[in-house]
Amino acid sequence: MNTLLRIENLHARVDGKAILKGIDLTVKPGEVHAIMGPNGSGKSTLSNVLAGRSGYEVTEGTVTYRGQNLLDQPPEQRAREGVFLAFQYPVEIPGVSNIYLLKAAYNAIRRHRGLNEVDALDFLKLVKEKTRMVDLDEQFLYRGVNEGFSGGEKKRNEILQMAILEPTLCILDETDSGLDIDALKVVANGVNALRSPERAFILVTHYQRLLDYIKPDHVHVLAHGRIVRSGDASLAHELERKGYGWIEAAAAGA
Amino acid sequence: MSALSHSLYVDSYREPATNEPAWLSRLRRQALARFEASGFPSPRDEEWRYTHVAPIERKLFTAATGSADTDAAEALIESCRIADAWSLVFVDGMFVPELSERHGLPAGVTLESLASLLALSEADGNAAWLESGLERETESDRHGFLDFNTAFFTDGAVLRLEEGVALEKPVQLFFVSTRNDGRATLRNLIRIGRNAEARVVETHVGPPETGYLGTVVNQIEVADNGGLNHYKLQLDGGRAYHFGGSYARVARDGRFGHHLLSLGGLLVRNEVHARLGHAAQTEMNGVFLSENRQHVDNHIRVDHDEPHGSSRVSYRGILEDRSRGVFQGRIVVHADAQKTDAEMNNRNLLLSDDAEIDTKPQLEIHADDVKCAHGVTIGQLDPDSVFYLESRGIDAATAREMLTFAFAAEIVERFGPLRERLRGLLLARFPNAQ
Ligand SMILES: Nc1ncnc2c1ncn2[C@@H]1O[C@H](COP(=O)(O)OP(=O)(O)OP(=O)(O)O)[C@@H](O)[C@H]1O
Ligand SMILES: [Mg+2]
Repeated sequence: MNTLLRIENLHARVDGKAILKGIDLTVKPGEVHAIMGPNGSGKSTLSNVLAGRSGYEVTEGTVTYRGQNLLDQPPEQRAREGVFLAFQYPVEIPGVSNIYLLKAAYNAIRRHRGLNEVDALDFLKLVKEKTRMVDLDEQFLYRGVNEGFSGGEKKRNEILQMAILEPTLCILDETDSGLDIDALKVVANGVNALRSPERAFILVTHYQRLLDYIKPDHVHVLAHGRIVRSGDASLAHELERKGYGWIEAAAAGA
Repeated sequence: MSALSHSLYVDSYREPATNEPAWLSRLRRQALARFEASGFPSPRDEEWRYTHVAPIERKLFTAATGSADTDAAEALIESCRIADAWSLVFVDGMFVPELSERHGLPAGVTLESLASLLALSEADGNAAWLESGLERETESDRHGFLDFNTAFFTDGAVLRLEEGVALEKPVQLFFVSTRNDGRATLRNLIRIGRNAEARVVETHVGPPETGYLGTVVNQIEVADNGGLNHYKLQLDGGRAYHFGGSYARVARDGRFGHHLLSLGGLLVRNEVHARLGHAAQTEMNGVFLSENRQHVDNHIRVDHDEPHGSSRVSYRGILEDRSRGVFQGRIVVHADAQKTDAEMNNRNLLLSDDAEIDTKPQLEIHADDVKCAHGVTIGQLDPDSVFYLESRGIDAATAREMLTFAFAAEIVERFGPLRERLRGLLLARFPNAQ
C-alpha cells in the first residue's frame, strides 16, 4: 500500500456555508506534509472533517484512508484505525483525569486491534516516561483533562496523547502556534520521535519556524478552501518572506 | 377525594406502646391532630409547589408488625455497607441489634435505638434531653410529613457524643425496607457535644420492585465548635416513596456538612435545614440522579442567625428519560448575621428532551455587610467534549457516560473524609465511566 490517505475533490460545508471547495491531497506513509494558509482558509475545517467532527457536511468528493472510505466511519473508529488530531484549541474536561482518558483511549485502541488491555503498572510506567518527554510535571496526569492548563501545557498534552497512542496519521492543527521556543522543541521532538516509514504527518501551521525542526516533504498552501500551491520545504521559506498575498493573487488570476 | 384520604392514616393510628413516656404520647396526639387537620403537604404550599404527594395519599402504607425480615435485608445492607464503621440497622422501621455493630465504641458515646432509650426509666438520665430534643420545633416550615412522622415513628437512631469525643470511625445508619406497601417511619436524634466530632452515613435502601413509604426525620444538634459530617445515601428501590428531612442547629464555631447521593426511589423529597450560630459553617453538597419516571425534590434552607457564619450549597442534578428534578434552596441571612459568607449553586444536566428540572435558588438577605452569591445552570453535555473523547478512540456512549460521571464526581470530591468510598457507590451507576 503506497498511499495512506487520499483526498479527492473534497467539498464541505459548515452551517450551510461552503468552506472546502475541492481539496486534493495524497499522503504516503513516512511523509510529512505541511499545510499553510491565511486565517479562515479552511485548515481546521479540513482537520475536523478528517477526524469526523459532526456539523461538517461533505457535499462532494472522497477521502480514502488505508484503502477504506474514511468519511463513513464514526470518529472513534477513525481514531482506533490510527487517525489522530491534535486540536488547535483543546477543550477542558473537568472531572475526567488526564491519566484516565489516556488509559481509556489506549485500551480502546488495543481492543480494536485484538490485544489485551494493558496492565496498570506497565501503563503507568509508559505514561510517566512520555510525560517526561513532553516536559510536563506528573501532577498534570491527575488533573482534569486540560483543566486550567496554560496554552503551552495544553499543546504539550496533545503531544503526550499522540506519543502514547502512536497513531498512523497525525494531524497537528497549529500545535506550534503561541509556543515559546522550548515548547516548540517539545512539539518537534514529539513528532520526530514518532517519525517512521509507516507513519505520516499533516502539520497545519502559520509559521515556518516549526519546519526548521521538522523537515516537511511537501508544503501546501490552502486558500479559500482550495490547495492553491504545493511545493517542497523552500515554499515555506518563500511564504515566510512574502506572505500569502502573492499566492492568493496568483490563484485568483489563474 | 385525596384531600381526605390521609384520614386513612389517622384512622390507623394506635395508641403507642404503654411503656412510652406520657410526654411523648402527648406530642404524638398533638401532631396527629395537626395532621388530621392539614394532611400531607399540598402543591398550594409554595414549598411544595413542584412535588405532588397525592400518590402517597391514594395508598395506605402499613407499618410492620411482628419481626423484621432480616434475610432479605442483609443482602441489601451488604450492597452499600461502608467498610470499618459502627452501625445501627433498622428493617421496616424496627431495630435489628443482631445486624448492628457497636463493638469498641469509646466512652462518652451513646449509639442506641430511640425506642429502647424511651423504654428506659426516667431515672436513666436521657429522658430530659430526649424530651427537649423531640419537642423542639422542626425549624422553619412545619408540614404534614413532620407531623406524620411524629405521630407514627416506631423507632430511630440516637447518637450522642459527649464533649470532646471524636469518633474515628463513621457511624452508618441503615434504613432498609423489604415489604411491599409497607411503611417505615423513623426519627433520629443526633447530638454532637462541644468540640466533639462524628461522621454519620444515613443509608436508605430497598428492593427494586417493592413499593414502600419511608419517612425519616433527623434532628441534629451541633454544640460549640463541634463537627458533624452527615452523609445521606438515598438508594431506595425504583418504586419507593421517600421523605427525608434533616434539621440541624449548629452552635458557635460548629460545622455541619451534609453530603447527599440521591440515586433511587420513585418519588423522593430530600429536605435539609440548618440554623447557624456565630461563625458556624455549613457545607451542603448534593448529587441527584433520576431516570425513568422518577421525581426527586431537593429542598434546602439555611438560616444565618448570627455574624460570621458561612454556607456553601452545591447541588448537581442529572436527569434522564421522563424524570423530573426539583431544587428549591433558600439561604436566609437574618439582620444580626453580619459578615455572613453564603453561596449556593445548582447545576443540572438534562440528558433527555423529556426530562425536566425546576430550580429555584433564593437568597433572602436582611443584613447589609455580607458576601452572598447564587447561580443556576441547566444544560446538556458539551458536544466539543464528547467529540474530544471520541477523537481519542472512545465510543460515543462511553464518552457520554464518562462526562456525566465527571459532572457528578466533581461534587463527590467535596464530600470530605468519605469521598473515596462514596465515589465508588456513584461509579456503580456508571460502570463504563472508569
Ligand atoms: N462552526 C462554524 N460555523 C460557521 N462558520 C464556521 C464554523 N467553523 C468555521 N467556520 C468558518 O469557516 C471558515 C474556515 O474556518 P477554519 O477554522 O477552517 O479556518 P482556519 O484556516 O483553520 O483558520 P485559522 O488559521 O484562523 O485557524 C471561516 O470563515 C470560519 O469562520
Ligand atoms: Mg484553524
